[in-house]
Amino acid sequence: MSNGDRPTRMALIASKGTLDWAYPPFILASTAAALDMEVAIFFTFYGLPLLMKDLKASVSPHTNPAMPMKMPFGPEGFQGFNWPVPNLISGNVPGFDSMATSLMKQTFKKKGVATIEELREICIESGARLIGCQMTMDVFGFEKDQFVDGVEIGGAATFLEYAAESDINMFI
Amino acid sequence: MTEPDLVIALDLDCRGMNCPLPILKTKKAITGLATGDVLRVVATDPGSVADMAAFSRRTGNEIIEQGEGDGEYTFLFRKG
Repeated sequence: MSNGDRPTRMALIASKGTLDWAYPPFILASTAAALDMEVAIFFTFYGLPLLMKDLKASVSPHTNPAMPMKMPFGPEGFQGFNWPVPNLISGNVPGFDSMATSLMKQTFKKKGVATIEELREICIESGARLIGCQMTMDVFGFEKDQFVDGVEIGGAATFLEYAAESDINMFI
Repeated sequence: MTEPDLVIALDLDCRGMNCPLPILKTKKAITGLATGDVLRVVATDPGSVADMAAFSRRTGNEIIEQGEGDGEYTFLFRKG
């Protein structure tokens, strides 16, 4: 399937680095590549750490009031129960975020959802362009050798040149 | 029912996988086949019914048969 003389293209901006927000860009990019589309993702601000070899994405329920708090184990009724966790607890109990992150990872695994690392690997294998934002690297102190192989470095103009020739453009 | 003379070149088990893994695995499997080869995919993700159809339309790999039973969805792709 093509648009004129070139394949359909998708340009994404990944601006968020929590575990939950890491999924949309990698799911969409890997799937687009599977659908014979060309893809580029521009990783900027808090999205940039998603390129790190050692991926540490986590979730923070405290700042995420819509996030369901569910258990990945036990009988169905127990798993379906949405635990009411007051902000006072989610924001102040040490280790709450790492516990929530661990629960989310367990739930995803149990439900057959790929890990971010797997999806990212598939993106690279299928030729998606992963562009790290130079300015964000300078501001937050990242070096290119901290990123997975295959990452290119660029700025707003690099992304926009691609986006201008894309059929799908999304900011995530 | 599968045509008796239909040869399945490759079987792919996507049971237990969730979106978008069945599509990604199907793409990978079909890439390794020759034009005209038939790939059989079994999935349990109900979303794969709509997604496999979209995959088929976008990539030109025709779904020549599909079935459903016991919570499993079967797709036969002919590589385009």
